[in-house]
Amino acid sequence: MSIPNDLQYNKTHEWVRLEGGEAVIGISHFAQESLGDITFVDLPEVGASLEQGKEFGAVESVKAAGDLYAPVSGEVIAVNEALADAPETVNQSPFGDGWMVRVKLAQAPSGLLNAAEYAKVCAEEAH
Amino acid sequence: MKTLFAQSVPGRTGCLPPKPEHAAADMLPAGLLRKSAPRLPELSELDVVRHFTNLSRQNYGVDGNFYPLGSCTMKYNAKFAEYVASLPGFCNLHPLMAQLRGTSQMTQGALECIWEMERLLCEISGMDAYTLQPMAGAHGEFTGATLIAAYHRDKGNNKTKIICPDSAHGTNPASATLAGFEVVNIASRDGIIDPEALEAALSEDVAALMMTCPNTLGLFETHLPRIVEKLRRVDALLYYDGANMNAILGKMRVGDVGFDVVHWNLHKTLGTPHGGGGPGAGPVGVCSRLEPFLPVGRVARQADGNFYLDYDHPKSIGYIAPFYGNFGIMLRAYAYVLRLGGEGLTRVAEHAVLNANYLKKLVEHFLVVPFGRICAHEFVSSAPEGLRALDIAKGLLDRGYHAPTIYFPLIVKECLMAEPTETESKQTLDAYAAALEEIVKQGLSDPRSLHDAPHTTPVRRLDETAAARNMVLTEDM
Repeated sequence: MSIPNDLQYNKTHEWVRLEGGEAVIGISHFAQESLGDITFVDLPEVGASLEQGKEFGAVESVKAAGDLYAPVSGEVIAVNEALADAPETVNQSPFGDGWMVRVKLAQAPSGLLNAAEYAKVCAEEAH
Repeated sequence: MKTLFAQSVPGRTGCLPPKPEHAAADMLPAGLLRKSAPRLPELSELDVVRHFTNLSRQNYGVDGNFYPLGSCTMKYNAKFAEYVASLPGFCNLHPLMAQLRGTSQMTQGALECIWEMERLLCEISGMDAYTLQPMAGAHGEFTGATLIAAYHRDKGNNKTKIICPDSAHGTNPASATLAGFEVVNIASRDGIIDPEALEAALSEDVAALMMTCPNTLGLFETHLPRIVEKLRRVDALLYYDGANMNAILGKMRVGDVGFDVVHWNLHKTLGTPHGGGGPGAGPVGVCSRLEPFLPVGRVARQADGNFYLDYDHPKSIGYIAPFYGNFGIMLRAYAYVLRLGGEGLTRVAEHAVLNANYLKKLVEHFLVVPFGRICAHEFVSSAPEGLRALDIAKGLLDRGYHAPTIYFPLIVKECLMAEPTETESKQTLDAYAAALEEIVKQGLSDPRSLHDAPHTTPVRRLDETAAARNMVLTEDM
């Protein structure tokens, strides 16, 4: 199962890639696989503020609906608009084209998991 | 099957409507007139009869076969209750008559039924007062959450949060959100509420906890007394989601153990029909602290024994439904309760729990059944490694059974959640378990064979993803 080393993770299966003062956020391969075919992605608008640990959107699949929890705090500066028409992109490319929002960081995040720590979380949930 | 619209043949007719005495243009302002005739289907009476008869043959109901849909309590709807609800004195009653001057004598019987039913529900559940108005379970939840908000507002409490355990009924978070609360989820431990997780989530701004007990895993919430005590400390109320009331009838009165608000699903517990979105009924009961906030109008009794509708409740949350809720559904439940009595209702719970445990035992050796506890009225299981719950469910359709609930609750992997109810016999449960075992064996030896199921139903496997991504909800009329 794919868990890229250059990303950091939430226990709740969101990933974040820090790029200078900005961060890109999505959900993991494990998350998209557990959800099954994703049918709808509900994302905040540009300008919305995210607070680490709080909900910022939701994902719906044929099996379930799940909230998205912000791995970082900051202001949304871009949203992946393509997901509105093609939510399946999250299934096809969770770490790439399936990204969800880009955030301007309010402060450096703390308490995120590295790839090895996140792999443990997945292993526990998978059994 | 073609819709009636697609079957339409220009010029064909099934009835001759009377000719209007005046042209529409003489009676309505020009702006309200249609420019073209409505595109209604043109069909003969026989076309219509055949259409609906054939549709009904494609339907699956509990009158046809076993329907173990967990959390839904698909019990048999007794026909005597249908008889009571179809008595002309009830079904020819105009709902406004109870409110009109001079006609109240003509509605005394109906009002008395409502009044009596409220008291029967109080007796069964240990609550102090009821409203029968909510028109479905989730409507009852919303009414309950609104009552909770009204109670705290009246006391001057600033409460913004409602706690929903992950083992609670699925609609709770939505109902609480709609009533204006922020939802706080807490994770269960060993399938039930973890008192430590609750402690961590509790604060002065918590208005209530919404609990389903037994919960959606079919497990009784054994920490209930500790939970009540913790909530009381911060003046938070305890809400009982009645989805699983079938397990506790005659065994536990929720008002006696600390619940402040409760809703029932008459279409589950008290044997009225499930309506595919309506008509349902979700009566809400409250303890005396919350009674002033119940919706109006409330049925009251005068000193002379006459019943009337009382609107004089200044703290009421107001109207939540037209008239008095789904009166016909309430009548069916009223008949059911009177026919079974206290002893009969207690046996409902006993047999529902016995049937669930019996079925659990039958499937334990080929499905993965977690928790290892005696269950209540339903139980969850997981598809064995290598099989999907969806494929097992589709395989059941081919063998003439409705599938159990799948992929809910979310905390169990590849979940199959079955609730046999008290109305099924041992023979039915044995046959169902045997069919299920056959499907699992078939799936494990040839996983692909289930991927195309069902083969025998009116429509084959539906593309749920396409249906959700590309919703077509209208007919061009």
